[in-house]
Amino acid sequence: MSEPSAVLTGLNPPETSASEPRAKRKSKDFKRNNAVGYLFISPWLIGFFLFAFIPIAISLYLAFTNYHLLRGGEWVGLDNFERMFTSDIRYGRSVIATFKYVLTAVPLRLIFALAVALLLNTKRHGVYWFRAAYYIPSVIGGSVAVAVMWRQLFGGDGRVNEGVINTFIGVLGFERVNWFGNPDTAIWTLILLAIWQFGSPMLIFLAGLRQIPAELYEAASIDGAHGWQKFIGVTLPLLTPIIFFNFIMQMIAGFRVFTQAFVITGGNPLDSTLFYALYLYRRAFNDFQMGYASAMAWVLLLIIAFFTLISFRLSKYWVFYETKEG
Amino acid sequence: MEQTLDFSAHKRVQRRAAISRTVFYYVGVTLLAVVMLYPVAWLVSSSLKPADEIWGSVTSLIPSAPRFENYAEGWQGFGGITFQIFFGNSFLHAGVGTIFTVVSSALVAYGFGRVKFRGSGIWFSIMLMTLMLPSQILMIPQYIIFNELGWINTFLPLLIPRLGGDVFFIFMIVQFIRGIPIELDEAALIDGCGKVGIFHRIILPQIVPALVTAAIFSFYWTWEDFLGPLVYLQNPELYTVALALRAYTDVGSINNWGAVFAMLTLSLVPVILIFVFFQRYLVEGIATTGLKG
Repeated sequence: MSEPSAVLTGLNPPETSASEPRAKRKSKDFKRNNAVGYLFISPWLIGFFLFAFIPIAISLYLAFTNYHLLRGGEWVGLDNFERMFTSDIRYGRSVIATFKYVLTAVPLRLIFALAVALLLNTKRHGVYWFRAAYYIPSVIGGSVAVAVMWRQLFGGDGRVNEGVINTFIGVLGFERVNWFGNPDTAIWTLILLAIWQFGSPMLIFLAGLRQIPAELYEAASIDGAHGWQKFIGVTLPLLTPIIFFNFIMQMIAGFRVFTQAFVITGGNPLDSTLFYALYLYRRAFNDFQMGYASAMAWVLLLIIAFFTLISFRLSKYWVFYETKEG
Repeated sequence: MEQTLDFSAHKRVQRRAAISRTVFYYVGVTLLAVVMLYPVAWLVSSSLKPADEIWGSVTSLIPSAPRFENYAEGWQGFGGITFQIFFGNSFLHAGVGTIFTVVSSALVAYGFGRVKFRGSGIWFSIMLMTLMLPSQILMIPQYIIFNELGWINTFLPLLIPRLGGDVFFIFMIVQFIRGIPIELDEAALIDGCGKVGIFHRIILPQIVPALVTAAIFSFYWTWEDFLGPLVYLQNPELYTVALALRAYTDVGSINNWGAVFAMLTLSLVPVILIFVFFQRYLVEGIATTGLKG
């Protein structure tokens, strides 16, 4: 051992000292591994205390104060929560906008992902390239560049008559839509962006589809099942754990969506796209109401935890786990 | 005789059905690919169009004459700061951040994956629990702390926390390490290697694919990160590309859209390159661990 780590390796017991009683050596071994173990995990452990544990404690405290970044603040008990649920109209709007987004974007994205995965689950030539093509939007989709482009596609900045989408709509003979001027349509620009990025759940579905044993399809065929029946009877039940996993991941991500709304709609019009994370950011970093924003963050955690818990509870009614008896 | 004829006719019908199904399939997946890639193609083509053509013939994907000056003009940036500065900042942020993240994650993963120590189970569970925390909870107190330290308008708040590693990657590498036969460790132990020796002689070479996957995801997530730089970097000289693009397009009256689209396109090049060269790692990383892409 000529490495600079020789000092550390010295902590390990010399395996050859046969004269030492076995039990004693073992306990020593254990102790020394403690030091090595904590040494290796120390980057995370230190980071956890400095950048997670202490901030969590501070955040919890701030949630019960009216702390303002520049003016300071004092303990106000449950005032922040009372204000959220009774007097802050915009907070209510942001919750509604977020639920609307999560409840439409997440199922639609998963349905698309599953449909396309089924389409690509074949041994035909060139499938590899189509998979790559469908995945590209997901690689670049989280970027500011795509968000800026998306706004222009839908005719942002008063280009209702010049946007690409509206031009196509016009060619098809429909009336052009003022996407960003109407509270009912603005949120759809963000939902469509979410659907466009179905790549990750699609890849996970594809991996899951490949795991389904061919024998099961053969058995179904012998029983006289055809395409659609095989899908309902074999594919879908075996895929439910993966559908569930994707649903949980996408739902949590959906509740936290920020960049797209910040860049594309800015929460407008009439707060119809003022998503939770966006409103929280504005309260914290534009208004510097960090006590109030901390309280909002904890409520967000509770909302996400609640829906995750409900989903797990409901999962036993529809998620099919096959390996009970091996 | 009659029977064989009948049989071949049946076969012919079957084959014709298979061919038409194949044609139908490829037309379908191609159409979908066109829809999926149209916005990207439109972005790239607009970056090569003269300003009046971008909105004049908005759906056309082929510029009448490619105008590469858009890139030179866009590169000039705004407020006297060129995109060279912004790209430099982004590479610093994503490059250093990725190195910090991957090195720390590998060390921590080895600690959890191969070293037996008191409390390892508890710490591992606590670590996984932090995955559930919305970043919104940590964001505000972290800002207050970094503000007190005088770290606002530096890269420190974006880089120093990454020395703690990333829980997602740690978890992924731990899984990877647990798949390596323990006999290799034992053989090295007999040869006189300590835990550290085993780490860098036995484990490290084996987990390279996991580290590459972690590095790829880390780099491209950081490259696209917007909220972190938005919160900590207010001085335009420190803007990352994402922040610069946002500021560039937020002024309201943009005359040179060609230059804007040129910079939007350019900002996607590193991510696209990663995708082209490391697609296998990306796909496997998502398919096997559910890393969000």
